[in-house]
Amino acid sequence: MIGWVRRSISSVSPLSPGNKGNPNQTTVFFFLDVILNWKWANYRKIPLVLTNSHFVFKDFKMVAVRLYRSLGIDSMSVYGPVVKIHPVVLASIGDSYERRNEGASRVIGTLLGTIDKHSVEVTNCFSVPHNESEDEVAVDMEFAKNMYELHKRVSPSEVIVGWYATGFEITEHSVLIHEYYSREATNPIHLTMDTALQSGKMNIRAYLSAQMGVLGKTVGVMFTPLSVKYKYYDTERIGIDLLERTRDAPNTTNGLTSDLCQVGGAAGRVQDMLATVLTYIEDVLSGKQTADNSVGRYLMDLVNKVPKITAEDFETMLNSNINDLLMVTYLSNLTQAQIALNEKIVVL
Amino acid sequence: MATRKETPSTPTAPMASTSPGATLDSPVKQIQIEGLVVLKMIKHYQEEGQGSEVVQGVLLGLVVEDRLEITNCFPFPQHTEDDADFDEVQYQMEMMRSLRHVNIDHLHVGWYQSTYYGSFVSRALLDSQFSYQHAIEESVVLIYDPIKTAQGSLSLKAYRLTPKLMEICKEKDFSAEGLKKALIGFEHMFEEVPIVIENSHLINVLMWELEEKCTVADKHELLNLSSSNHLEKSLQLLMDRVDDMSQDIVKYNTYSRNLSKQQQQKHQYIQRRQQENAQRQTRGETPLPEEDVSKMFKPPQPPPRMDTLLIAGQINNYCQNVKEFTSQNLGKLFMAEALQGHNS
Repeated sequence: MIGWVRRSISSVSPLSPGNKGNPNQTTVFFFLDVILNWKWANYRKIPLVLTNSHFVFKDFKMVAVRLYRSLGIDSMSVYGPVVKIHPVVLASIGDSYERRNEGASRVIGTLLGTIDKHSVEVTNCFSVPHNESEDEVAVDMEFAKNMYELHKRVSPSEVIVGWYATGFEITEHSVLIHEYYSREATNPIHLTMDTALQSGKMNIRAYLSAQMGVLGKTVGVMFTPLSVKYKYYDTERIGIDLLERTRDAPNTTNGLTSDLCQVGGAAGRVQDMLATVLTYIEDVLSGKQTADNSVGRYLMDLVNKVPKITAEDFETMLNSNINDLLMVTYLSNLTQAQIALNEKIVVL
Repeated sequence: MATRKETPSTPTAPMASTSPGATLDSPVKQIQIEGLVVLKMIKHYQEEGQGSEVVQGVLLGLVVEDRLEITNCFPFPQHTEDDADFDEVQYQMEMMRSLRHVNIDHLHVGWYQSTYYGSFVSRALLDSQFSYQHAIEESVVLIYDPIKTAQGSLSLKAYRLTPKLMEICKEKDFSAEGLKKALIGFEHMFEEVPIVIENSHLINVLMWELEEKCTVADKHELLNLSSSNHLEKSLQLLMDRVDDMSQDIVKYNTYSRNLSKQQQQKHQYIQRRQQENAQRQTRGETPLPEEDVSKMFKPPQPPPRMDTLLIAGQINNYCQNVKEFTSQNLGKLFMAEALQGHNS
């Protein structure tokens, strides 16, 4: 069984005769990711709650979310919109925290984005200067308005959706600031990010305010937590991949790699993933680990997705592709030589 | 894509000073970009630049020794209104003033632009970059290629104009003689500056957090084997440019033919004159005055060479991109072959 699995996995031949992108290929990789993260959780001995729901073929992201939830990651049950944050916002907040004025312990700013029915997507932010002391807080509202106007000119679809503050706790001043923002936007979101790393983590949380207390008497404000998700555009994801390289070697800087190196790197990553999956399978087979039905199902799908191609078909496909590419390379070299010649002749 | 007017830095903000040991080649040897700038550029294109429109923005940062550090950026609105010109300058001033309040570097060090399949070598870009570089010695233009990035890896390049090209632009002498004097070929128009990405420690922590919490799978676009779409479009653009180039060449040929014809005519005229004068002398009459030949035969206008240079540069760029792409794809195909061969 393991021999068959190994051979089938290694025969990843993602060519398709129509010469279009093979949609199956991306799903192959997605399965690998899902399996790996599941397996990693196993090693951590987090109790798994198997969702026995049938697995919808097209809705991969949903499955991933369900898996992650069952891995026990922080997902509080909430009533309220889901907050989807783009990484730009977080990087911006971090950067403005680093540039804060002397004596300021935290920075605040406005969040911009779009509001859907059940979710709020935060796509941009800018920091607002403010002064905070023991008993009073002053926010430069003119500045906030101005900046919002400027930003609106570039992206007219973004609206104020809330505000952010660095730091771990919500203070009384936050209530006042929140009140100001609720004048600007309906139901503003309050985002906190613990940049001082008080608890060892960054603790990115979002809150919605709700009135509480007895009517007529003292009315207070309570901040109810919301679930935070991260949303990436495709290109953002690829950009983040590159930026992640700096975190492995924090004191050095990293250049952008050249083309073939990138392919090599990507292939290396896939190799690592395959190795992890294989060790897991071997463990299960030798009894070190209990077999997990869901993972088994994913593996079956993974193996079934690999298209079976006869050797001659593959040869012809490969050769025609290589011929195309070689011809294009030849043509572009020819063109470059031509324009170089042209230059020389004109100068004569 | 309209050119943007150059805006000098605000009078209160000092201009980025040239590095103390200005080296022979250029004052900027390396560009250091913060992750935040990269993310902002990506986001700007994604949201506002769908289709083949270009998005532009301003880079802010500072100069340290021979490195140009880019620490922040802000986008420019699209040119849709008629009174865009005036708004632009004002927008920029306002933005920089506001950013100063929150301690963000407000020194203008360049601008960025997105490109469609690598077609950015144009007159507009040249003019813009020239005015920037004229005012601020170290400025660069960052070209972000979103389509190439979507294929797997971030494509970001930084360009400056070579000193030779700066000279020519200053004198506005785009004729053939001028270019010949300066010995400029299309390879000497832009110089590329290497880019390095750097993140502060706080951002690194953020990256670790995101990695943990992120539910979006890694993108494996890089190993995608389909190539025909991208190649088709690139080749289409290349063909268009080559057509432009051939038109230009035809123009130049007709010009040189006209010129030589004119020379011949001049010679003939002078000879006839001399003959006539000789005849008249033999007959004893006064010779006809030597007319100013050059006034009679006005030399034809030589066609401007700048456009040709730009087209050649653009073609070169396309060819480079195509070659990079094909080399990557060849590698992937050989990998697939190896895997298949191993199986059978």
